[in-house]
Amino acid sequence: MESTIIKTINYNSYFGENHVVKNVNIEIPRNHVIAVMGPSGCGKTTFLRGINRMHEMTAGAHASGQILLNGEDVMELHPIVVRLKIGMVFQRPNPFPNLSIYDNVIAGYKLNGIKLPKDERDRIVEESLTKVALWKEVKDSLTKKGTFLSGGQQQRLCIARAVAMQPEVLLFDEPTSALDPISTATVEELFIDLKKNYTLIIVTHNMQQAARVSDRTAFFYMGELVEYDETKQMFTGPKDERTQNYITGRFS
Amino acid sequence: METKLNYRIAKSKGMNWLIILLSALCVLPLVFILIYIIKAGIGAINWNFLVSIPKPVGEAGGGIANALIGTAIIILCATVISVPVGIICGIYLNEYKKSKIAYWASICVDVLQGIPSIVMGIIGYLWLVLPFGGHSAISGSVVLAIMMLPIIIRSTEETLKLLPDSLKEAAYALGMPFQRVILKVIIPCGFSGIISGVMLSVARVAGETAPLLFTAFGNPYVEMRLTQPMQTLPLLIFNYATSPYTDWQNLAWGAALVLLIFVLALNLLTKLITRRWKVQL
Amino acid sequence: MEQTMSANGFVNLQETTIARKTKQVNRSNNHIKGEKIFKGLLNFAGLLLILVVCGILITLVWQSLPALRSLGLRFFWTDTWNPVTNVFGALPFLLGTLITSFLALIISIPFSIAVAILLGEYFPKGGFSNFMRSTIDLIAAVPSVIFGFWGFFVLVPLVRIFEIKIGVSPNGLGLFSSALVLAIMIIPYAASLGTTMIKMVPSALKEGAYALGATRWEVLRSVILPYSKSGLFAGILLSLGRAIGETMAVTMVIGNSNDLPKSIFSTGNTMASVIANEFGAATDHVYISALVEMGLFLFLVTFVINWIGKAVIKRFSKNG
Repeated sequence: MESTIIKTINYNSYFGENHVVKNVNIEIPRNHVIAVMGPSGCGKTTFLRGINRMHEMTAGAHASGQILLNGEDVMELHPIVVRLKIGMVFQRPNPFPNLSIYDNVIAGYKLNGIKLPKDERDRIVEESLTKVALWKEVKDSLTKKGTFLSGGQQQRLCIARAVAMQPEVLLFDEPTSALDPISTATVEELFIDLKKNYTLIIVTHNMQQAARVSDRTAFFYMGELVEYDETKQMFTGPKDERTQNYITGRFS
Repeated sequence: METKLNYRIAKSKGMNWLIILLSALCVLPLVFILIYIIKAGIGAINWNFLVSIPKPVGEAGGGIANALIGTAIIILCATVISVPVGIICGIYLNEYKKSKIAYWASICVDVLQGIPSIVMGIIGYLWLVLPFGGHSAISGSVVLAIMMLPIIIRSTEETLKLLPDSLKEAAYALGMPFQRVILKVIIPCGFSGIISGVMLSVARVAGETAPLLFTAFGNPYVEMRLTQPMQTLPLLIFNYATSPYTDWQNLAWGAALVLLIFVLALNLLTKLITRRWKVQL
Repeated sequence: MEQTMSANGFVNLQETTIARKTKQVNRSNNHIKGEKIFKGLLNFAGLLLILVVCGILITLVWQSLPALRSLGLRFFWTDTWNPVTNVFGALPFLLGTLITSFLALIISIPFSIAVAILLGEYFPKGGFSNFMRSTIDLIAAVPSVIFGFWGFFVLVPLVRIFEIKIGVSPNGLGLFSSALVLAIMIIPYAASLGTTMIKMVPSALKEGAYALGATRWEVLRSVILPYSKSGLFAGILLSLGRAIGETMAVTMVIGNSNDLPKSIFSTGNTMASVIANEFGAATDHVYISALVEMGLFLFLVTFVINWIGKAVIKRFSKNG
């Protein structure tokens, strides 16, 4: 019953002359949580940003190879089409400061100029906020600015914003690194719920987090995908010596 | 040792007071100008002053309606021309920092900012008055628009520079195209900064006289056509203030008061808006 | 029954989802086109800026060619300006501009530096500082024609009294009056930039000096002013650029005579004021061209001064 949603073939990315992600081949199954971990500067974030073509926004950045989303090469599509299918949540919560909570959730429609009837908008907002367990907290203050929320709530609002677009894959770039432990726990619980409908790829520098939330883990080192396996397998019996060193804390 | 120290402290205190005194003296001219112009101008201002046109020498009364209408029209046209161009240029300079054209364009903004206003008057005359065979309001508007550009461009650029990259990333990640990211997210978030730049530029050119001497030229009657010479407040002040007739000088004082109030109010309003409308990031 | 309800609900949801997705795709196609147009527009705006500035420069050069051809470089040291006989020498106006703007600069420097110290060091924040800053900003905002008007009716009579006291011919109007008005007008420019520069002095340096027992004045003189001097210099340069290009206020109080100025109390004309006075009335080809050439020269001089000023600021900000 397990089908592949994303498959990369010989994916490389560069910042100018700098070869940051080297020849990555990975297959990601649908409705799973995949953790991407590795020491800082190992190219894990760059890889993640490559999947929805955010990587090339940086001046001088380019990439080669294939990223297949349901068999369709993402590299051949226009970036804005890709990003409608693959949502992204960032390291720091970044709700739009000029929009209300309500408008932040449907920002993807509103700011893209997609007109929806009022009742459908309301439904999307409620659905999305419910999915991120924020509905109860904010349903009475939907007209307030998104920036009034706490850090953890803001991050969940950003997840709701991505979920509202009904993407197939959600990318998370160290989503809890700017949050306190309680908010982190809330967001982590969310991952388990979200994987029923979406495929989640989470970049994290926190091994415990990877172990807690993910089904599979990919370990990046010096731009290479060193090991990719079931999370349990990875943490109990890593095959590669570098993985072994990393999870036992011999380098970071 | 003791006396030396006392001397040093006394010297420091003395310098302190000197600096405060000199600074206080800087405030005085504004106070003097305000007081003098209010005193001289307030007597001239009444309803009639605002709605009628200047009377010939020797007749009492008369007003500045022609200049008020002219200033409004010319400034409005200048704003309509310069705001879109200025904002787009500001976006360009902020988005394409590394391109060669942007580098030169940025230098051009600096050059434009430094051009003396009288030189802009010459340009307006050579570009728009000579070829079209006569002084016109629109030639004045274009010159003022060019003079507004650097202020609008710089304030737009500075405002956009301060917005965090994460904002843009959030928008791109939702599948928004470049133009919508700029128009729907970046511009609204920097709105107060941009609008204050526009207001400052209006305040600056509203008092400009030199560029209009050879372009809008002035007109003793109410004129609405953009292709005809038009009166503005600063032109009226200049022409009537230097005339030998007391009636006309009084008219000029009244006009000066109106202009001063307008310009200072616009400046204060700008400060208020910048504080009030700032988007919380 | 319940089963079918939920099944129906599910189907509806799927349908709207598909509708939404179609909308997204249609939009995307428009957006991709729009992106190209928008980027083209931005590039065009950048080019337009360059075109306008080059156009201004080319126009000025082109239109000064007749004067350059018939007068050559003599233009700059001929001391007679007589449109009737077609003799055009810019020396009186060069001198006029030089004297008025440098005199204004000398008068304004103590004041602008005092304000810069006051706002940058003594009262960097708070109500008083806001009040001072607003006032200085407002002085910069007062239209120059109003300065000229006020100068003509208030300052000129005062200068006349002063001139009678010291025993020079009591014109009232003249270079000295212009310099006074200019000084007031340019203080804000040097002061606001100076404030910024003085604020950039690292507090560690100041604290170091205070810790050695230096008084406030000693810290100012031996730490703050030396550190920020290039920045203060840049501010003064920029205000000089202002003074040189200033037209209306000067035109109204300088007396508008085309003779070589004999002292700082005599009447005269600056380059800007002579253009303001005569350009509108000039008819002869060479006459107009001579005035445009003066405009070109004014443009180049202010450009060089501003450019040096900005370069100094840039270097200062990088080091600081």
